[in-house]
Amino acid sequence: MLKISLDKLGKLFEAISASQTLYIPTDREDGAAEYKKYESGMKLSNNLNTLRSAKDFFFPQTENLVDFKMEGKNIEVIDVREESEDFVIFGVRACDARSFTILDKVFLADPVDSYYKNRRDHGTVVTMACTRPAETCFCGTFGIDAAAPEGDAACYSDGESLFIEAHNEKGQKFIDSVASLLEEGDAAKLDEVREKTRDILKKLPLANLTTDNFGGDKLNEYFNSDKWGELSQSCLGCGTCTFVCPTCQCYDIKDFNTGHGIKRFRCWDSCMYSDFTKMAHGNPRLTQLERFRQRFMHKLVYFPANNNGEFGCVGCGRCLSKCPISMNIVKVMKALEVK
Amino acid sequence: MQEAMINRAKQLLADGSVDRVIGWKRGEFVYDITPAVFTSAEELDADFVYDDFTAANVSKYLVKESKKEGKILAFLKPCDTYSFNQLIKEHRIVRENIYVIGIPGGPKLDAERIKANGITGILGAKNDNGTLIIDTVYGEEKMPYYEALSVKCLNCKSKKHVVYDELIGEDGDILDSNRFDMVEKLENMTAQERYDFWREQLSKCIRCNACRNVCPACTCEKCVFDNPDSGVENKAATDSFEENMFHIIRAFHVAGRCTDCGECSRVCPQNIPLHLLNRKFIKDINSLYGDYQAGEDTTSRAPLNDYKQDDCEASIVHERGVE
Amino acid sequence: MNNDTLIPYIGVVTDIRQDTPDVKTFRVVSPEGGKVFEHMPGQCAMLSIPGVGEAMFSITSSPTNKEFMEFSIKKCGCLTTWLHAMDVGQQITIRGPYGNAFPVETDLKGKDLLFIAGGIGLAPLRSVINYVRDNRANYGDVQVIYGSRSMDDLVDYKEIIDEWMADAGIQVNLTIDNPQEGWDGHVGFVPNYVKELNPSTSKTVLVCGPPIMIKFTLAGLKELGFTETQVYTTMELRMKCGVGKCGRCNIGNKYVCKDGPVFRFDQLGELPDEY
Repeated sequence: MLKISLDKLGKLFEAISASQTLYIPTDREDGAAEYKKYESGMKLSNNLNTLRSAKDFFFPQTENLVDFKMEGKNIEVIDVREESEDFVIFGVRACDARSFTILDKVFLADPVDSYYKNRRDHGTVVTMACTRPAETCFCGTFGIDAAAPEGDAACYSDGESLFIEAHNEKGQKFIDSVASLLEEGDAAKLDEVREKTRDILKKLPLANLTTDNFGGDKLNEYFNSDKWGELSQSCLGCGTCTFVCPTCQCYDIKDFNTGHGIKRFRCWDSCMYSDFTKMAHGNPRLTQLERFRQRFMHKLVYFPANNNGEFGCVGCGRCLSKCPISMNIVKVMKALEVK
Repeated sequence: MQEAMINRAKQLLADGSVDRVIGWKRGEFVYDITPAVFTSAEELDADFVYDDFTAANVSKYLVKESKKEGKILAFLKPCDTYSFNQLIKEHRIVRENIYVIGIPGGPKLDAERIKANGITGILGAKNDNGTLIIDTVYGEEKMPYYEALSVKCLNCKSKKHVVYDELIGEDGDILDSNRFDMVEKLENMTAQERYDFWREQLSKCIRCNACRNVCPACTCEKCVFDNPDSGVENKAATDSFEENMFHIIRAFHVAGRCTDCGECSRVCPQNIPLHLLNRKFIKDINSLYGDYQAGEDTTSRAPLNDYKQDDCEASIVHERGVE
Repeated sequence: MNNDTLIPYIGVVTDIRQDTPDVKTFRVVSPEGGKVFEHMPGQCAMLSIPGVGEAMFSITSSPTNKEFMEFSIKKCGCLTTWLHAMDVGQQITIRGPYGNAFPVETDLKGKDLLFIAGGIGLAPLRSVINYVRDNRANYGDVQVIYGSRSMDDLVDYKEIIDEWMADAGIQVNLTIDNPQEGWDGHVGFVPNYVKELNPSTSKTVLVCGPPIMIKFTLAGLKELGFTETQVYTTMELRMKCGVGKCGRCNIGNKYVCKDGPVFRFDQLGELPDEY
């Protein structure tokens, strides 16, 4: 396998960023990691994962869909789409890499969302195997191996070198573009590293959480569960879980009059918000119970029902860390589970 | 303390004094505690927790809970009692339906602050004379206890309960906190430095509304930012200043009513020090209208609702703006 | 880049008729003339005035009409108020068609059909009724039971009187909620009228109207011996994208915009009661 010494990572980043935009997770002043556009000297974060997920790269929080010019009774539609430039996201974890395939199932399903596809086509996802998973991790629940992430190309560290392996043509193209910095290396030690990580994963507090009792066939069983009231009673109805979630994909479309025309935006929305399903003549989800139920039913029942059993969660643990009242999908699964 | 609370709650449930108990429920880990309503001794025994991580302020839940049938027992920390009083003052909660037990407060820990120190795989944490010893998946880790404190507890203003029906433990005093130090620091910056500080902080905002939804002063039935007819309802940021306006407007709306409970900063997923905006207002109100602590009592007139002839003139804004 | 369904076309409003005090029917054509796109009966389109709003409306004209599309719209929110205030010649944006359709070319073919509508609920059914009239040989008996609050609230009254009632191929039964001067027809609520008329259970039913009317009509039909597999309806929930991605119009795992809006009652029965 090709490798580069860890102390030469800076050189690797320089080389990538010379030809295309590179994003890496880097630490900010409060200790949290976030993806930033690489600039000379920027250090790769040691944090397990970024505070916000990587979904922004393909599904940004706000984007301009289309513009309109209004003149008298006439309307002009202005297509504001531009071909995206090539970019690389480096250091994506296994959970987030899987989230892209989940988002693909929504945005690339017919009719294809051209905004999403444009960015997806031009983005190369370079993943990084985990070595120090956290107590909040439960990617294994969804069949994800943190020690062997998906992505266009994957990186593994043995503590001295970073080994890089392509998973597809796009990944190979990426490796070829930095080939001059790479050398052939003995990956023997990697198996040991992977096994060590897998041992840790097995010992994590949520290692035994399974999806065995969830799925598309459990609709009425769980929808009518009497647990929703208790589970949702403290929910603040904020959008924290939704917005840190790598797979939450619901959106709103809004128009703004700029004074020079109308801009139509798409932005993230949350099923936890009270106005999410509000219509001029009523709202089918009147209380937080219904809204809360929707979010978890979507991930654990509706999504698998529509997507061959695939769940709408990757076990990244962000909602476990960030929910203001510490209510999350793990607690919901444990409380609901009908054996 | 936890045991004493559970026992007292069980007694009050058993003799029919209360029908429900609002407190905190144990989670999957040592720190992921959820505010919860308990209705039986069994539930209390199984899940009730009060420890270093029970930082959440439960007083806002009483807006809804106190309107239900029956009486609810609320365990309130000193800081929570200020929020409670303020809600009474604003006629948001039904006092007769609540039995308040004052309990000793923090300082409370915040797992996110532990994680920010590079410690991961947290399984347990205990304070050993100023050093926090953390049991992790990767072995034992140590860090200064102070650095793991919840941001809301860093400048505690009071250990005194301003309202209670009974106390467990002893009441404390109003503290001589240095909570305005950071505000002063910001005031002493140049306008550009201050602008840059806030722009950097507020640009992190993801508009999740956690700060607003947790805030005991934000109890509007329908927030203007959620109302499609208001013209300012938006989740899309049309420009980079959008989020800044949200926070500034919210700070204005809670000015004179914010008790400085710090929940906004505690829950912010992006670690924005939102409480500093509110503290600036508190500090200004103190200097312009005389010392005032929202939530200290339920009867006094709030400075911004109370007209006095010697109130400062509107020109104060202009005068202060001149650097 | 390919066209994207979220980027709308322009439509020109060439005719506006005041159907009832709060319903107007708008005729829409492409700026080049002709229809903006083809559709099947029951399908919907997203209409918008940029800066005001965008919402899903059922296409009330029949696909057999090759010149224009029509939308019957009740004034009830921000966008619909704007639409009601506009004049002929106004351009709007339009995208679609969205959703499934009534199975006019499959399950309904050769069947005796019973249409039951209340108020503005006639709008989606009008598309089917006129489609059936234009392909009359493909269907059996056709009966329309339609009711509204008053005579003035009957949508498409002129077309009903001049065309449908004059058409020997269909039977039309009208009713209004309360007696009114100038009305010598039936008075009473739709669900009761259906029971009084006691239609043959051999018919396939298409029902649309306010939720409460649908509920009682379905109950009445069951009393008469109809089964849920014989009854179709069309749903409406809050929508933004129209293509099953924005995530808000779901009932269980079905999206009304994509998997609906037309559902058979036995299919609806399998979904959670959240609409």
